[in-house]
Parts: sequence; structure tokens; C-alpha cells
Amino acid sequence: MSASTAATPPVDATDADVLLRVENVVKHFPVQSGKLFNRDPAVVHAVDGVSLSVRRGETVGLVGETGCGKSTLARCIVRLHDLTSGRVIFDGDDISTLPPRQMRPYRREMQMIFQDPYGSLNPRRRVGSIIGDPFAIHKTASGQERKRRVQEVMELVGLNPEHFNRFPAEFSGGQRQRIGVARALAFRPKLIVCDEPVSALDVSIQAQIINLLADLQSELGLTYIFIAHDLSVVRHVSNSVAVMYLGKVTEHAPVEQLWNHPRHPYTDALLSAVPLPDPNKSAQRERIILVGDVPSPIVPPSGCRFHPRCPKARQDCVDRDPELVPRLSDGPDHLAACHFPVEDGEDISKARPSLATEDRIIEPGLLGGA
Amino acid sequence: MALLEVDNLKVSFATPDGVVQAVRGVSFQVDAGQTLGIVGESGSGKSVSTQTIMGLTRGAKISGQAIFEGRDLLKLDREELQTIRGAQIGMIFQDPLSSLHPYYKVGWQIVEMIRQHDRGTSKAKAHARAVELLNLVGIPHASERVDDYPHQFSGGMRQRAMIAMAMALNPKLLIADEPTTALDVTVQAQVLQVIRNLQQEFGTAVILITHDLGVVADVADEVEVMYAGAVMEKADLKTTFYAYHHPYTEGLLLSLPAYGGGERERLHPIPGQPPSLINLPPGCPFHPRCPYVMDRCRTEVPPLAAVGTSATHLSACWLPHDVTARNEVRRKVVGEALPVQADA
Repeated sequence: MSASTAATPPVDATDADVLLRVENVVKHFPVQSGKLFNRDPAVVHAVDGVSLSVRRGETVGLVGETGCGKSTLARCIVRLHDLTSGRVIFDGDDISTLPPRQMRPYRREMQMIFQDPYGSLNPRRRVGSIIGDPFAIHKTASGQERKRRVQEVMELVGLNPEHFNRFPAEFSGGQRQRIGVARALAFRPKLIVCDEPVSALDVSIQAQIINLLADLQSELGLTYIFIAHDLSVVRHVSNSVAVMYLGKVTEHAPVEQLWNHPRHPYTDALLSAVPLPDPNKSAQRERIILVGDVPSPIVPPSGCRFHPRCPKARQDCVDRDPELVPRLSDGPDHLAACHFPVEDGEDISKARPSLATEDRIIEPGLLGGA
Repeated sequence: MALLEVDNLKVSFATPDGVVQAVRGVSFQVDAGQTLGIVGESGSGKSVSTQTIMGLTRGAKISGQAIFEGRDLLKLDREELQTIRGAQIGMIFQDPLSSLHPYYKVGWQIVEMIRQHDRGTSKAKAHARAVELLNLVGIPHASERVDDYPHQFSGGMRQRAMIAMAMALNPKLLIADEPTTALDVTVQAQVLQVIRNLQQEFGTAVILITHDLGVVADVADEVEVMYAGAVMEKADLKTTFYAYHHPYTEGLLLSLPAYGGGERERLHPIPGQPPSLINLPPGCPFHPRCPYVMDRCRTEVPPLAAVGTSATHLSACWLPHDVTARNEVRRKVVGEALPVQADA
């Protein structure tokens, strides 16, 4: 079922600039069915055939709503999850099926920063030893040498190296996130996957961390995969952005292309829902309010997965799964998976689907008419 | 007269580490049909002030006044407060999952809420009202979903069910404490739309507490910016965004990516961290992080005074109150690099 989405990656597959290539990655999680000899257990289609390429030194943003599979994809990339099928090619090597021992050298090259600076640090261990973990695990430095390198990386992320012996509880949220960044940087990795790195922080502190990540990128030539639900943050940090919906990439384009010419109705709706901190602009724009909720990933809708909520849906969308390819007059780097892409200047807030009612989500009351 | 008038509210908590001064003299008022946005970061006292008004801060030392329709909410006893809470002032909280009881059906919880305030309503009638309310907030197949348990609802539906419950008795005031923070943007847009429409239809006054300046720009009429338990600036929506006076408001707006100039440019964060509410710095609480700090700011607390051209624009800052003089200082201190909004 996912064969049709094995689309061309946005950059040439042989491009030496490509650090990471994800090819048709599928990740299904079995659901406990309760029956003993159930031959065909239900699965959650968390990631269902995703292809992406990430160039060296660039940032690719991953956006989408809760449950769209963006975090699962990130974890598949760094092999925190084993893939159900598909390939992950890192720096020219296929790492998708490597056993743990052979995976180790690659683990130094790819690191992760997590959302919750409170939950991702062990409260009973000192900061120096938390940041020193990578050196201990990979047995590359010990004793004074380890301490020196830990303090070096603490300085790099703007922490006072003298706070080596403090506990996480003695740091504020922003500083804790710096500890998380420091731990990820210990081996100067090539790729860092940032899973909602600033979502738990206050606005004024969020900007400090975003600037830090940008500085580190230019200083160390890092490549980022940046997951966030705050689209204005993603727009700020990313070179290109992939939009996910129910386990699939619906659109992938350079950031300004995506914001100025969204092709997929879902992208359009998502962008129009972002609250703008500017009352004049906020009052002017057309808001596309989607009806209903994301359907269950256990039984995803047929054809285009967005069709039950899509204002432009036609019968085709129910029958055929659209491929992720350039649409309209877009260049080869702007891909959209939609049979009826949004034209420039088209206002889809007035559009109504022409579908049989059983294929649509209908809501009563205040939202129906909006 | 305003529907709710809060005057010089102070709330402090005694903790083993010392006295936490969570709210230090906050005043605001809301009129019928109006939306007041209260903005601030974690620990600014924005939630504590409204929770205190509703009598939800147990063990706190409270002073000040909160006049709701001629009665001081802070002086009411528990039973009197209960007749107001829920019936005349509805509340929605950030986390809709923990606000709904997992053990009872959603409809039952709305019915209970209605009958708690009016025993005269029959169960059947209250049930019909629950269906009507769920329909009103856009729950599909409300007559069937009314018998679902909270876990069978999605996050957005739960929050809408909370709104339905809060609106059940046609309250005059709705207090929404970070109502969309736990939700995705598309769901957030749905929920804000529901609040907006309800307000238009029933003329409900809304106090919206949020840290998201985008949400404020979307729905508020008046904005109050809080920091370290005190009001820093208070103005109408457009003044707050385009002709702000207080350096903290400026800092908040400038640290947003949308305001940070073109793509991939550096953002302008506020340096440092918010102060501890146990050991507040002397003078203006924002002075350790303020780019405009003067000697006076370190010793004297600036009063909330009228600034700019409008009498309703208040700011607690020692910078010149005149707009031109204030902009002159901005030019000198932070330079031309930062965008100065021309539109007022």
C-alpha cells in the first residue's frame, strides 16, 4: 500500500552533499488485541512510507499535528526504533539494519535533543557526569581528560564550566536545555535530531536556545532535523520543511516556497491556523478551520489520508493515493502529495468537498458554518 | 461599571524556603462582551491571580478586592462563592484531560454541573441541555457522544466539552487559563473560534490567560502584561503590539521569530532569567534584564502610570512617558537594528 509513495527524494540521490537519506521508511507498532492466536493483529501506522533527504549543514523542519508520526520518524532515523521496512542511509552507509555493536560508531555521529529538559536529565546525577556520559559509554576519555572535555563543551553552549558539580535541579529550564545540547554535542556529531527542543521553554528563553542552536550550526557545520509544533519557530530555523499527516509526508519544500505557495490543502490549513503576534495581519487573513480530528492511525483513510477533512476533496482522493511529486509549475524541490493542489491566490476556506457523506467528517453547530 | 473589578490584589504563599510573593498588587477590570488577555511567562502570577478570585488558592495570604457585580469575591464564604463559581463565572483550564473525571461520562458531568446549581432542573432536561451544549461547541453526533467517557474524546473535543460545561449556566464571565496550550494549532484555531462565537452570541466577558502573544493578538480587546507578580503594562490590543511602552513588552515581542527580522536572522532574546519570587530584586523587578536600566530602576519601584497619548495606556516604567522621548531612548540604547513599529 505504501509503494506509491516511494517518490523521488527532493535532491539527487547521488549528491555527495546529502548527509542523510530516508527511503520509504515504514514503522508500524502492533496493538495488543487480547486474542491469543490472532494471526493478523492490528497495527498503528505511525510512519507509512516516508522519503526525505537532508543536505550537510542544513536544517530540515518536520511539522505536523500530534500523532502524525514526526517523532517516530526521528527516532527511526537515529535507530531508537527498528524500522518495519525501508532504508536509512547516513553519510553513504545503509544503517537501517545494523546490529547494535556495528551501530555504535554511527551513534557518535547522530545525536538527539529532547523536549523536556526536566524529564531527560537524571535528577540524582551531577551535570558534569551527565554530559560526560558519551565519553564514558564510548570509552574515549576518562578522569581529568573527561572533565576537561566536558567543561569545554559546557563553555561551548554557554554554561559556566564551574557548575560541573551541580545537580540539574539547580538550573533553570533554559539552562537545562543547554545541558541537553551539551550532551548531544560531546562528540561533535554530524547530525542532531531536535525533538521539540524549545517547546517547554518561555518565549524569552526560547529565543536564547534558538540562537545557540544557530551559532553551533555555523560554528561546527551541524546538520539538524528540527521537530516543533510551533510553526513560526520552524520557519525561522529551517532551510526546508516537510509537513506530515497520519504517517505520510504531504508536502516538502524550501521554507519560503512552502509558506508562500502551499500546495497541499493541509499545509494551507495548518499555516493559516498559526496565531500571528500581529493584530492587523491576524484580522486580515482568511482562516481555514478544519473540521473534525485526525482519524485513527490504526485504520487510516483510503486514498489521500486527508480526504475526510479536506475542503477540496473529490472522489479521486478517496480512490487513489497521491504521489509526492512536484505539482503545478513548481521546481523539483517542491513536492506535494495532492491530486488537486492549491493554486497561488486560491482561497480554500470557501471550498466545499464533493464527496459522498460517508467519506467526510461533518460537524454541527458553530464550526460547521465557519 | 465593570463586570469584574480587581483592585490591588496581593497573594503570597508561605513555603519552607520563604514567602513566595506570587501576586503583588494587580488590578484589572473586564466589561461584558469584552476579552481581557493576561500575558506573562511562567511564574508571572497570571494564573494565581484569577485562581485567587475564584477562591482556589488554599493557604495563601490574600489582600485586595475583587468586586463582581457589587460583591467582593474575596470576602465571600465558601457557600456563597459556590453559587457564583460555575454559575456566573465559568472556568476552563489548560489540561482538559485532568479537568474531566475519567470515571464518569462526559454528559453526566455536565448534567451534574447543571443540577448542582439548580436542583429544580430535571435529569432529563439537564441531559437535553448537555446535548445542546455539546452540539453548540461542535462535537459531532452530540446525542451519542454525550454518553462517552472522557478518554473516548480527543484533546480538542475534551477542551470543547470543558467549554460546554463552563457555558452550561450562561455565565457572565468566562476565565480561560491557557485553554489552547496543550492543543495542536489546527485544534487551537477550532477552540478559539468556539470561544469567539460564544462570546458574540451570549455577550460573555472573557479573561484569557496565555503565554502566547499570537493567541492574544487573535482574540483579546485589552491586554495586561505581567512579570514577577506585577502588571508591567496595560493597554488596548493594538497599542500593546504597535506602540508598547514597557521594555518587557518590547522584549517579549522582539524575542518572537516573527519579529526577529528576516529568516535565519538572529533573534533578540531577553538576557537572563525571571527573578525568584522569594528574593525579588529591589526597584523594578525587570531591571536586571532590562537594556534601558537606569540608577533609579535599581532602587525605586516604578508605579503603573498613564503613558503615551491615551489615558488607558498604563506602564510601570521610569522611561519617559512621552512617546517621542521614549522612542528617542530606544534609538540611543538598542540602535536602529530593532524594528520600531510606526503604526499606532
